[in-house]
Amino acid sequence: MNEMQLSFPARSENEVFARNAVAAFALTLEPTLDELSDIKTAVSEAVTNCIVHAYRNAEGWVTIRCRAEGDRFDIEVCDEGRGIENIEEALQPFFTTQPSEERSGMGFTIMQTFMTEFAVASEAGAGTRVKMRKVLKRAEGA
Amino acid sequence: MTLKASRRGENLYIYLSGELDEHSVAEIRERADRIIDENAGLSRAVFNLAGLRFMDSTGIGFLIGRYKRLARYHMPMYLEEPEAGADKILSLSGLYSLMPKL
Repeated sequence: MNEMQLSFPARSENEVFARNAVAAFALTLEPTLDELSDIKTAVSEAVTNCIVHAYRNAEGWVTIRCRAEGDRFDIEVCDEGRGIENIEEALQPFFTTQPSEERSGMGFTIMQTFMTEFAVASEAGAGTRVKMRKVLKRAEGA
Repeated sequence: MTLKASRRGENLYIYLSGELDEHSVAEIRERADRIIDENAGLSRAVFNLAGLRFMDSTGIGFLIGRYKRLARYHMPMYLEEPEAGADKILSLSGLYSLMPKL
């Protein structure tokens, strides 16, 4: 078992760093290229949500915790931003609170589809925590 | 992110390369629209995604925005050569029904 934790300011230029850092850590589990791509995309979605929704481009910190064990890769993405008022609504495909900004409303749908397990907990005014798990399909004999 | 455009006959080709996310999309949104405006009147626009190493849902918003811009000029939009990751997102979001994959 191995773990890592990463904190960085909620600035959009850190999106590329965050997804590539998580992908680099996931490499110890020898994922396929498709699995790695799924992980990077899901992390990018979660971090983007922190920046554009939780903190609305204001100051704040994003924390990512990862845990690699056997064929399981767990990722937690947390912020201390404004929180999600209605989670059920936020999880609907194409739902967005910012339609004028060319937002697709597909972030949560992509996290749910690309990862094996997904959960989100949020408290108004206190922050949001997204938990995701990718169960890797190990090659025969690996 | 880089964006290059070329015109071949009645087709406008727009080549995207690099990593498309919330941060990098700002660099190319206005340029893409300017290129579309300058080429209004051509029969169609093809976005080539072969050089796009990464794309998240920001890409969906970006492509729909350009689709709407092209619609002003009655120019249909097409996508070609997406990488596996981008292809998965484009399929999942149903984008190919608006802008078919060539």
